[in-house]
Amino acid sequence: MFKNLTVGRALVYAALLLMAIYYLLPLYVMLTTSFKSLDDIREGNMLALPQLWQGGAWSKAWAEACTGVECNGMQGFFWNSIKMTLPAVAISTLLGAVNGYVVSMWRFKGSDALFTMLLVGCFIPFQVVLLPMAQLLGYLGLANTTAGLVLVHVVYGTAFTTLFFRNFYITVPDELVKAARIDGAGFWTIFFRILLPISGPIFVVCIIWQFTQIWNDFLFGVVFAAGESQPITVALNNLVNTSTGVKEYNVDMAAAIIAALPTLFVYMVAGRYFVRGLTAGAVKG
Amino acid sequence: MSGSSSRGRLSALADRWLPKLVLSPTLAASLIFVYGFIAWTGWLSFTESRLMPRYEWAGVVQYQALFENERWWTAAANLGLFGGLFILFCLLVGLLMAVLLDQKIRAEGALRTVYLYPMALSFVVTGTAWKWMLNPDMGLQKVVVDLGFTDFTFDWLVNPDMSIYTVVIAGVWQSSGFVMALFLAGLRGIDDSIIKAAQVDGASLPTIYRRILIPSLRPVFFSVLLILSHIAIKSFDLVMALTGGGPGNSSDVPAIFMYQFAFTRGQLGVGAASAMMMLFTIVAVLVPLMYMETRSAKRV
Repeated sequence: MFKNLTVGRALVYAALLLMAIYYLLPLYVMLTTSFKSLDDIREGNMLALPQLWQGGAWSKAWAEACTGVECNGMQGFFWNSIKMTLPAVAISTLLGAVNGYVVSMWRFKGSDALFTMLLVGCFIPFQVVLLPMAQLLGYLGLANTTAGLVLVHVVYGTAFTTLFFRNFYITVPDELVKAARIDGAGFWTIFFRILLPISGPIFVVCIIWQFTQIWNDFLFGVVFAAGESQPITVALNNLVNTSTGVKEYNVDMAAAIIAALPTLFVYMVAGRYFVRGLTAGAVKG
Repeated sequence: MSGSSSRGRLSALADRWLPKLVLSPTLAASLIFVYGFIAWTGWLSFTESRLMPRYEWAGVVQYQALFENERWWTAAANLGLFGGLFILFCLLVGLLMAVLLDQKIRAEGALRTVYLYPMALSFVVTGTAWKWMLNPDMGLQKVVVDLGFTDFTFDWLVNPDMSIYTVVIAGVWQSSGFVMALFLAGLRGIDDSIIKAAQVDGASLPTIYRRILIPSLRPVFFSVLLILSHIAIKSFDLVMALTGGGPGNSSDVPAIFMYQFAFTRGQLGVGAASAMMMLFTIVAVLVPLMYMETRSAKRV
């Protein structure tokens, strides 16, 4: 029906365009608001372009805006998030790679059951581990530190990364590994010489997934970090929801975009892998 | 000769133990941080812990306190309302967009990029953006009033009866593109010959979708339900950023309730009990869904 009728096709395109506008509208409003002056915001229309494009809100959001008692903007928290995300992504991805290798290529008695046991970690609501984790981080002296957050993200991210690599390696033909074993190749040789060279795509998928998850996390950040060590999502929430003095919506929006930039950038550059990660994480094996 | 065979035996031995050795740190972590911590939280929920954890058995006092707490029931009712509407609209919007995008659309790649980018954003960013859009003084309400509809009001964000629906709006905006991607992948995975055969039989395109394509998406449908209900039950950051659970407690959800009782109000026991209730909810929702998913996946 749609293929022949031009009216039908026009309707399809119209509906799709309308949806595109719906999805883009908040981004448009955030961007334009961040370049407006406060007077412009108060007098003008939310959907209008800035009367005068001004970058002041951006520099304020980066370096001066108040996120509670401190008024140093988002910059420190941005670096906190980077210092937290990079090691957590690297460690959880590497662990996931070798774990996935074991549970797909080196199955032993009970390994399937152990894998299922690991997977449960993907489904629990994290609220159920927050209180003990807070206690443990306190004992270890890691409360309110970036190192503590890295530990938390590695511990609860590895179930996902293991799942990613397991689902990828399970599609590799067994013969490849069997032949290598007959030739005398050991556990690590097979991993480094045969599997790693073909693992590029799944590494990209896994790294993007973990990066997005950890950068965007709010729950662990707000519970396990305080003040100086907070990640950027927590700082953004503090900035937006602590109302001292005049509410500066343009600064709020600039700060929100700053917090979103790294993941948006990754999405723009590697969107294909991002989608693959989402579907792989969703349609579990 | 003997040297090489002993090396062979050694490496065979290594190959037997290495896999278990490699897996063991993760398993140990899972035992402690998942299973151990759940048990720990469970235990706390049966003690009289308040500001500090205590470990003497106290029976079900915390659960009694929880169930007598009106705020908990507000949060639970909100979760049902938000979860139901969020899942419903995500499914409808996602499926509709997937079907529309499946019509050999010219700019499909670009449109998909647009529909999916909210998934890359933090819920805190989404909440911040929509908090501004829904601002009754300067947001969408003003836009419509400026158009000449001076009586128009859209104050859901500050209206205790409507605040939870703003969370639905922002949540659907964030997650429906993802549902679209899953359904579209499902549609593309269906064998073309089925469609061709139906067309030869004279079936119209809407009929093909209604009778053949959409029913064969059953496994995807269950995956989507699984993910969406998971997102809904855990939703915390979006509500925190958008409404903070307010005005009053009107848009409170269990995750916020748990956080505030456990970490800002010094009521560890109640917090632990509410966390356990969240776990039970997840299990009660996910286990039947997973069961149905595996069954329908086997049948197709």
